[in-house]
Amino acid sequence: MQAARKTLETSAWEILEQIPDPEIPVLSIVDLGIVRSVEVDGTKVTVGVAPTYSGCPATEFIEDSVVKSLQSGGITQVSIRRVLSPPWTSDWISDRGRQKLRKYGIAPPEKGAVARGRLLGDPMATERIVACPRCGSENTEKVSEFGSTACKASYKCIECLEPFEYFKCI
Amino acid sequence: MSKDQALIAYVTRMGDNAIVMAQRLSEWVGHGPELEEEMAMSNFALDYVGQARMFFSYAGELDGKRRSEDDICFLRDGWDYGNVLLVEQPNGDFGETIARLVLFETFYSLQLEALATSPATKLAEIAARAIKESTYHLRHASNWLIRLGDGTDESHRRVQNAIDRLWTYTAELFEADPVDQIMQSEWQGPDLTVLREHWHRQIDELLAKATLQKPEDGWMDSGGKGGHHSEHLGYILAEMQSMQRTYPGANW
Repeated sequence: MQAARKTLETSAWEILEQIPDPEIPVLSIVDLGIVRSVEVDGTKVTVGVAPTYSGCPATEFIEDSVVKSLQSGGITQVSIRRVLSPPWTSDWISDRGRQKLRKYGIAPPEKGAVARGRLLGDPMATERIVACPRCGSENTEKVSEFGSTACKASYKCIECLEPFEYFKCI
Repeated sequence: MSKDQALIAYVTRMGDNAIVMAQRLSEWVGHGPELEEEMAMSNFALDYVGQARMFFSYAGELDGKRRSEDDICFLRDGWDYGNVLLVEQPNGDFGETIARLVLFETFYSLQLEALATSPATKLAEIAARAIKESTYHLRHASNWLIRLGDGTDESHRRVQNAIDRLWTYTAELFEADPVDQIMQSEWQGPDLTVLREHWHRQIDELLAKATLQKPEDGWMDSGGKGGHHSEHLGYILAEMQSMQRTYPGANW
């Protein structure tokens, strides 16, 4: 019984690791750090999912794809639990996720910025060094704090002249 | 009023503030002074929609009448809405929208911070989530206030006028009615007297940086928390609720 439960949990995680984030498909939802838990009760699996931003339009889509993917992987009884606490921050993105982001051309968020209380400190402290994900230069400029999705800002590299996106710290 | 009724009323009001702000900010889509600001305003609007949904869902869970977030949002009239008058004021020019954001978000951040330790666990969780967004909204709006206030004569004049005009709606934020009082005594809600002091300190600092004058407290308008609104709310609700009113129960 113990072994069977373990297997179900492991295979659920394996499936979840394959589910791409709909807005940044290079990241899986596990890399993004929004899958908080997988609980197994007999044949029933409950997945704890934390939304990124309150208004992230992908939240329902993600929950739906979790249910569908697990079901097509043979896990029929699936339910979703929305987890608010502790709230998701960009610090939840895994190291592997950060590497994937950089490779994809999105500068990953500065690690630990949130944990260090950056957001609760001086609200004016906005400037930070963001390295270009293409050439690595730190000679970059913020174009806009807002970008194609709620979680990204727009930057450009002064060295290689490429525009790029930066996954914001929140 | 029981402590549970007060909690439901309070959570619903927070949702009302959020959804009305969302409606106002999304009016900038297609009209922003520049593309980046249009994205900023619509991003903020989206955060507010998300927060409103969490507040309304929670209120629905609490009152046990099987009301969904949509029922609470779309099927109540103006007199049932308990948002403060400040948030329903028209956008005006971009400077006025920024001024309103600064005045409201300074309050809202402090309110959320206080609620993050409430024994109403779900409310505390929503507050802890929302505060992260509120903080970056405030950062962005504050930077703009400084830029406009300490900018050209024209931008200074317009944003000063906006602050003066909106000032009359700021006292309501700190008026404790029975709902606020029960929240404070039973659910560790914010002490609005203390919160007011913090708000003034932060606003003083920011206005000084923006080279703006703090208006005198003159006649102050209020009533929104109790459902007495300016004429503006009706138009917002008429637009927001038209689908649900025309096709009751419609899903999309």
